[in-house]
Amino acid sequence: MTISLPVTVSPRLSKKASRHLKERFIEFLLFGAAAISVFTTVAIVYVLVKESWNFFQHVPLSDFLFDTQWTPLFDDAHYGIMVLLSGTLTSSAVALVIAIPLGTIIAIYLSEFASFRVREIAKPFLELLGGVPTIVYGYFALTLLTPVLQILFPDLPGFSLLSAGLVMGIMIIPYVSSLSEDAMRAVPMSLREGSYAMGATRFQTAVKVVMPAATSGIASAYILGISRAVGETMILAVAAGMQPNLTFNPTEPGATITSYIVQVALGDLPHGSIGYQTIFAAGLTLMLMTLVFNLIGAWLRKKYREVY
Amino acid sequence: MLKAPDLQAIRQIIARAKRWDMLFSVLGILSLMVGVLSFCVLFADMAIKGVPRLEWEFFTSFPSRRAANAGILSAWVGTVLVMMVTALAAVPVGIAAGVYLEEYAPKNWVTGLIEINITNLAGVPSIVYGLLALGLFVYQFGLGQSILSAGLTLALLILPVVIVATREAIRAIPQMIREGSYACGATTWQTVRDHILPYSSAGILTGVIIGMARAIGETAPIITIGALTFIAFLPPAPFAGDPPAGMFDWLFAPFTVMPIQMFNWTSRPEAAFTVNAAAAGFVLVFMTLAMNGLAIYLRYRLRKNIKW
Amino acid sequence: MLKPVTLVTPVTASAPGDDVAPVLKAEVKALDFYYGSFHALKGVNMPVYDRKVTSLIGPSGCGKSTLLRCFNRMHDLYPGNRYAGGGIVLQPDNTNLLSDDVDPIEVRMRISMVFQKPNPFPKTIFENVAYSLRVRGMRNKSELEDRVQSALKGAALWNEVKDRLGELGANLSGGQQQRLCIARALASDPELILFDEPTSALDPIATASIEELVMELKERVSILIVTHNMQQAARISDYAGYMYMGELIEFGVTDQIFIKPQKKATEDYITGRFG
Repeated sequence: MTISLPVTVSPRLSKKASRHLKERFIEFLLFGAAAISVFTTVAIVYVLVKESWNFFQHVPLSDFLFDTQWTPLFDDAHYGIMVLLSGTLTSSAVALVIAIPLGTIIAIYLSEFASFRVREIAKPFLELLGGVPTIVYGYFALTLLTPVLQILFPDLPGFSLLSAGLVMGIMIIPYVSSLSEDAMRAVPMSLREGSYAMGATRFQTAVKVVMPAATSGIASAYILGISRAVGETMILAVAAGMQPNLTFNPTEPGATITSYIVQVALGDLPHGSIGYQTIFAAGLTLMLMTLVFNLIGAWLRKKYREVY
Repeated sequence: MLKAPDLQAIRQIIARAKRWDMLFSVLGILSLMVGVLSFCVLFADMAIKGVPRLEWEFFTSFPSRRAANAGILSAWVGTVLVMMVTALAAVPVGIAAGVYLEEYAPKNWVTGLIEINITNLAGVPSIVYGLLALGLFVYQFGLGQSILSAGLTLALLILPVVIVATREAIRAIPQMIREGSYACGATTWQTVRDHILPYSSAGILTGVIIGMARAIGETAPIITIGALTFIAFLPPAPFAGDPPAGMFDWLFAPFTVMPIQMFNWTSRPEAAFTVNAAAAGFVLVFMTLAMNGLAIYLRYRLRKNIKW
Repeated sequence: MLKPVTLVTPVTASAPGDDVAPVLKAEVKALDFYYGSFHALKGVNMPVYDRKVTSLIGPSGCGKSTLLRCFNRMHDLYPGNRYAGGGIVLQPDNTNLLSDDVDPIEVRMRISMVFQKPNPFPKTIFENVAYSLRVRGMRNKSELEDRVQSALKGAALWNEVKDRLGELGANLSGGQQQRLCIARALASDPELILFDEPTSALDPIATASIEELVMELKERVSILIVTHNMQQAARISDYAGYMYMGELIEFGVTDQIFIKPQKKATEDYITGRFG
C-alpha cells in the first residue's frame, strides 16, 4: 500500500522553467568547452591520417619502413623514415643520458636532503629553466655549446646531434626533476619515519624506501621526459643541421622527424603535393611514437601504483 | 648486569653509510648547479652580446638584409597580436572546461574520455599542433597563414595548461563553501559565478600566465603553419578598419613573431646576425621570465593568503 | 654536565614477581622540549628499567608521544623542534642520547620503534624485516635469512607468512602488518623498543595478539609503550607514568598507579573523572 502525501508548493518556490532552462543552457556551453579537447584529438588524428593516407597512395608502406634513404624532395625520391628516426632516437638518447640521471638526483636531493630554504629557491629556478623558449636553447647549442665542444673534440662539425642533444637534456631536467620530486614528496612521512627509526641514513631512506614507493610517479616523469625529447623541434632545427643522415653516431649532423617538418614548412611546398604529404606521414610517425610511450607509462603506473 | 653493545662496530657502520650521505649531498648540489649554471651562462651570453643592440631603433625597425639596420618591429607586433587571439580563445574556453569538469561533470564515460584526452593532449609534441593547424585551419577552414590561425593553434596548445590550472584552483576551494552557497538556495551556475570563480581567480590567473609564457616562446607550430620569416610591414591595426568587415582585417594578415625572427637570425651564418639573434633572444627570455616570475610570485602570495 | 635530579615519585616497590631490584636501562632527567615556541615537555624525570614494560598514559596532547619520540631522536627529522635542557641517559654506557655529540642514527640503531599505524615499506615481507639488517651493512644471504626468520618468530608472525615471504608487506592484514613492523624492529636486536600506541589502529583480536607479544618480548628487551588505553597499560606494563600538560605527574609500579595513586590528578584520570 502506498501512501500519497499532499504536495503544496507556493508559486514563488515552484520549479521555474526559465531558471531551469538557463541552467541547462549554461551547462551545455561549459560541456562544449570541455568537449573541445576531444575534438582536438579527433582533429589531430583526422588530419594526420587523411594526409598520410594520400601519401601512402604514392609510397608503399614497405618503402617507408625499410628504405635507407630519405630524399623526398629530390627527383630520385626515397622515403625511408628510419633515416629521420635514427636522428630522433640518437638526439633523444643523448638528451636522456643527461636529463634522467641529473633530474633524478636533483629530485632526490630536493625532496630528501635539501633544507626548506634551498628547496624554496631551487624549485622556482628550475621552473624558470623549463619556461625558457626552446629556440633560445637552440641558439645556446649552436653558438655557445658547439664551439666549446669543438675545443674538446676538434673533429666535431658545426652542426651535431650531440650538441643539440646535450642542450635538450638540460632543457628536460626540470620536467624530470619536478614530477619525480612531487612523487617522492607524496610518499607519506610515516614510511620515512619507519626507515629512520631503524637507524637508516638519509641516503638509505631515499633510495631504499622513498624511491621504490614513488616508482610510478618517477616512471611518469621519465616518460614525460622521453616524450619531450622525441617531440622537441627547434633545438634540433637550429643546432643539429637538417641533412637526413642514417646514423646513430651523435657527433654527426642529422635530421629528425621534427626538424624535417620545420625544414619543409620553411620552404614553399604546394598544398597537396607529395612533399606536403610527407610531413604528415612524419607527424603521424611521431604521434605513434609518443602514443607508445604514453601507453608504456600508463602500464608502468598501473603496475607500480602507489601501495602505501 | 647489562651487557654493553658493540658501539665501535655500530659507529663504523654508520660512518660508512654516512659517506654515501655526504657523497650524495655533493652530487645533488653539483647536479643542481649544472641546471643553474647553464641557465646563467646562457642568459649572460645573450645579455653581453645582445643588450648593446637594444636601442630604440631595434624595436622600431623592420628586419633588413643589413644586420645593423634590422629590428624586431614586425616581430613584436606580431607576437602581441597572436597572443591577443590566443588569450581570447584559450582563457574562456579553458576556464569553462575546467569549471565543467569540477562542478558539473557527472561521473560517466564521457567525462572520463574528456579527462584522458586532456592528459594526453598535454603530452602531444607542439609540432603536431602545427600540423593540425596546417591541415585544418589553414586549408580546411581557409583561414590562411594568418594571425588568426596562429593564435588559435597556440590556444589549442595551451588549453590543457589552463584547464589543469583551473581545476586545481577550484579543487582547493573547500566543499563547505559550495554547501553554504547551495544552502542559501543558489543554483549551480550562481554558485560558480558568485563563489567558485572569484575564489579561484588567482590560481586560474597563475595558470593562464604560465600558459601564455609558453605560447610566446613556441616556434615550431607557427613555422609549420607557414608564418613568414621576413616581413617588412605591419598588419592593419586591430579594429581600425571600416566596420564591420574591415575591423577584422588584422586577423587575416600575414605576420611573423619574436621566436621566428630569432630563428631566422640564428640560422644566418654572419656574426652580425648572431648579435641580432642574441638581442631578440634576450627580449624573448626576459618576457617569458617576467611572466613566469609573476606566476611564481602570485602562487607564493596565494599560498600565504589562503585562509580556509 | 647533567645535574643530579631526584625523581618526582621515588620508586619504592619493585614490580610483582621480582626478587631482585630492577636494573636501570635509561633515565630521563629534567627534560625540556619545544615544538617551535610550544613548551611540550617540562622538566620530565623518569626511569626505564631493563627488560620491563614501562607505559606512558595521559590525555591526548599531554606529551607522552613527544617523550617517546625523544628516545630515538625522531624529533631531529623536523625543523623547529628543540631539546632545551636535561637529557635521556642510556645505560650501561651512561650516554646522554640527546647530546649534540651523539649521532641520532646511532641512537636509532640501539633503540627501535613501532608506530601508531602499521607502516610496512612497499617491499616484500622478507625485505621489510631484512631492512633494519641491511642498513647495518649485513649482506650475507643465509645470515639474513636466519635473522629474518627468528625476528618473524619473535613477532609471532612466522607461521602465518613463512610461505609468502615474497609477497608485499601491504598485502597482510592490519594486525599482521603491525607484527611485521615489530619483527622489523626486533631483527636488529635493539636494546629498547618504543611502541607509539601500537594497537590504536587495530581491532580487538589483533590488539590482544600484540599485547601478548609485548609481554613475551620483555624477556629479551626493554619496552617503553605509549597507550591511550588504560586497561592496556594495566594489563601489560610493569611500570606506568601518568603525564599531563607536558609534565610527568606520577610514576610508579603499575599496580600502585592504578590501585593506589598518590596524586589526586592521577586518580581522577584513572577513575575516568577526567580525560
